[in-house]
Amino acid sequence: MPFLLNTPEDEQAMLAAIGVASLDELFAMVPGDLRLRRELAIPPALTEIELTAHMGALARANVAAGEKVCFLGGGSYDHFIPAVVDAIAGRAEFYTSYTPYQAEASQGNLQAFFEYQTLISRLTGMEVANASLYDGATAATEAVLMSMSATGRAGHIVTAASVHPEYRQTLSAYLHHLEVEQTTVGTPTGAIAPQDLFDAVRDDTACVLVQHPNFFGCLEEVERLVQIAHDKGAMFIVIADPISLGLLKRPGDYDADIVVAEGQSLGNPMSFGGPYLGIMACRERLVRRMPGRIAGQTVDRRGKRCWVLTLQTREQHIRRDKATSNICTNQGLLALRAMVYLAQLGPHGLREAAELCLRKAHYARERLAAVERLELPFARPTFKEFVVRDRDGQVASLLGELAANDVFAGVPLATWYPELADCFLVAVTEKRTRKEIDALAASLASSNRKVAPAHA
Amino acid sequence: MRNTRATQPLFDLAKPGRRATRFPASDVPDVPLSKILPTTAVAATLPELPELAEPDVVRHFTNLSTLNMSVDTHFYPLGSCTMKHNPKRNERLASLPGMLDLHPYQPEETLQGMLALLYELQQMLAEIAGLPAVSLQPAAGAQGEFSSLLMAAAYFRERGERRTKVLAPDSAHGTNPASAAVAGFQAVTVKSTPQGFVDLEDLQAKLDEHTAVFMITNPNTLGMFEPNIKRIAEMVHGVGGLLYLDGANMNAILGICRPGDFGADMMHFNCHKTFSGPHGSGGPGAGPIAVTATLAPYLPAPLVARDGKGYRLDNDRPKSIGRVRSFFGNVGILVRAYCYIRSHGPDGLKRVSEHAVLNANYLLARVKHIFPVPQGDRCMHEFVASAAKLKADKNISAMDIAKRLLDYGFHAPTVYFPPIVREALMIEPTETESKETLDAFAETLFRITEEPADLLHEAPHTTPISRPDEVRAARQPIMVTPVTHESPAPTKKSES
Repeated sequence: MPFLLNTPEDEQAMLAAIGVASLDELFAMVPGDLRLRRELAIPPALTEIELTAHMGALARANVAAGEKVCFLGGGSYDHFIPAVVDAIAGRAEFYTSYTPYQAEASQGNLQAFFEYQTLISRLTGMEVANASLYDGATAATEAVLMSMSATGRAGHIVTAASVHPEYRQTLSAYLHHLEVEQTTVGTPTGAIAPQDLFDAVRDDTACVLVQHPNFFGCLEEVERLVQIAHDKGAMFIVIADPISLGLLKRPGDYDADIVVAEGQSLGNPMSFGGPYLGIMACRERLVRRMPGRIAGQTVDRRGKRCWVLTLQTREQHIRRDKATSNICTNQGLLALRAMVYLAQLGPHGLREAAELCLRKAHYARERLAAVERLELPFARPTFKEFVVRDRDGQVASLLGELAANDVFAGVPLATWYPELADCFLVAVTEKRTRKEIDALAASLASSNRKVAPAHA
Repeated sequence: MRNTRATQPLFDLAKPGRRATRFPASDVPDVPLSKILPTTAVAATLPELPELAEPDVVRHFTNLSTLNMSVDTHFYPLGSCTMKHNPKRNERLASLPGMLDLHPYQPEETLQGMLALLYELQQMLAEIAGLPAVSLQPAAGAQGEFSSLLMAAAYFRERGERRTKVLAPDSAHGTNPASAAVAGFQAVTVKSTPQGFVDLEDLQAKLDEHTAVFMITNPNTLGMFEPNIKRIAEMVHGVGGLLYLDGANMNAILGICRPGDFGADMMHFNCHKTFSGPHGSGGPGAGPIAVTATLAPYLPAPLVARDGKGYRLDNDRPKSIGRVRSFFGNVGILVRAYCYIRSHGPDGLKRVSEHAVLNANYLLARVKHIFPVPQGDRCMHEFVASAAKLKADKNISAMDIAKRLLDYGFHAPTVYFPPIVREALMIEPTETESKETLDAFAETLFRITEEPADLLHEAPHTTPISRPDEVRAARQPIMVTPVTHESPAPTKKSES
């Protein structure tokens, strides 16, 4: 076995020291009638050479979106990852370490968590951040649970239909057994109408959950929405796109109470949807209700500045069933990647990335709108994504035709929005070039129409 | 020799005008921002991030990394966390572009290799569990627990039963009662016997028609196999409840016995522990769940299915509890788990458990004279020693030992857990350590007990810091670098 160190001689010596005759005897405490009397029915072992060949074949049976022209978004994005991110995150002392229970042996991780929290808090305009949660969907869900405990209103919440559908599904799964009433405000124009939100929020509403820019790529009128929520004593939770914060106002600046985000955009590969990291930041008054790990600054016995895991009395290993959540792990390695990414880009780099996404997406939007077969259903301003309607209603065949030519043109919306079954979502990151966008527009214009156009 | 300047906080290292990453100039027509975005939506200033050049970033984080212990550098006998070697092949193979650069919404025809892998992993985990149906979606063990409790709730709801209680032993991981509470159940603690097993009388007294689930870790957190597990399953099933297995300690029984065979209805795997995902300072993990055929309809979706045309994501599961995170799951960790299982095969997985148990028993045999193990002289993959006698005789605590071990180049065991053992030292060597390392560790433990108590109270002596003031950190929490005059605002963007 490649990872075992004991030689047959070691094995014998150790068994003798224990006072047993065989390895099998070590399992005496497992009742005999429970023992598996056959081999596991799994494939035989592969050597590293064989496994490498096998995995290579599996990998080649996929089409790597990152190596093709990728306009797919919807919560996972083909952003550029600087080499520094891989180099640092690949360091074994980060990679193969564990939760920093022994602070003296983990100052690197603890300071990194602390600096991650600092960068996230500055980026979002909030006072505090935790050291990451599972992903954007669970972070949004945990934020809703926080708002219910902070407001003492456990009976009603309001979400926008423009919040990522899978985030809303996750929220529903978590809340279902708790019998919390959920109102979903429709977004027929691509974003919430303030009046609709006003009608939905009640005096017993714990929170309003909004994504900005939202799932359709549209900007919400956050400043008006936050006012409506606060007027009725509800908390305002924003799901942000961290890249957009290079350009857009910070949620803290428009008075959000909790900010969550999917951190994949910050230096993490798409990886078929995971592992990702859930970013969470909030107002200082809410910190004791926040789930997850938090690093805190203190001094050691010699008075030297140092870092520890803090406020652990919120956590499951101390409070058990009274904990703020059941979360035990975090996404430390991905948080590290996000932090290195932010440090590497700096203020100017993040601003440039955001502006390039915005400008290229805007250009793509105009080019696609000019294709006769297509139209834009929503007039709202957008950031790096936008919705396109195929007037022929042939989204699947249209996207399939382009995919066959190595262009992933967009995400069909039919799965989640029956009323948008003729629409798809196009994302444009800083990696896309004008040439690729022009080629996309040309391909969409020249693809086969089910019905020939009435005019040329 | 340490570069202490480089590890100063990032904002202290920053200097206006420094740049690392630059992006290509925009190649699309220049339109004023105000034509694209409402001015009210745009920030007035640049984001508040430090201005650094690439060498600053590299040196800062490289130096930070050297302040950590890790599995690649040190023996890390952190009980219950299973800090075993992370095979390097897994990292390389999980990083192939055809594994890493996949978008979750790309067409299924372009994902056949990935879906085949995940399908096969579902099947292999089902076989290892002895339970027929698997969902790979939960992002961590605790989320696997939580998802399973939601499934139990859905199952009982459909049967028209309203069951409110979830039971777990007092030796259980804190995630068990916490998951029960988050899922809306009342968490009820079941006592352990002095030997650390489930107290069957107490269990019987607490089992009733309101019991939804009994959660058990087996082998338990004391490293002992619950000898009454079959009886426990019968008792739980007798009141119509479900038995949940916390799979945190599966590395002790791979190919030896299977939770489905000893009566579990549901379980989770901790892929990062059992199948050696890199822990990355606390995550990511992955917590797939395996369940009986009866419970299969409730699994979180999607699952990977196979038909004549190939592999596809199956979202058409009307009784599913839904989804518990976005997209498919923590796929990168699942790929590593797949590589791990394929590297071992049936015989190899069994050898892993045998040697995890051999190493733990050998270390136990070496230390038990000094550190009594209340549960006796045999264990599975880990054991819990007690420093209570040392504390009484010499005023040396479990924490003192843990801290002093760091000076000798060993990571500390888990201390003060499980809470039912006084001055607990929970030691899990794992199978990827040698006899020589275990001998050196045991000898170091003895040596420490001979050292003056005063020396130990101030340990560690050689680490970058020593005995941080945790009370101060919690009472006056500082969770971000305060904004100071020394951290300059970013320089204005040039108007070029």
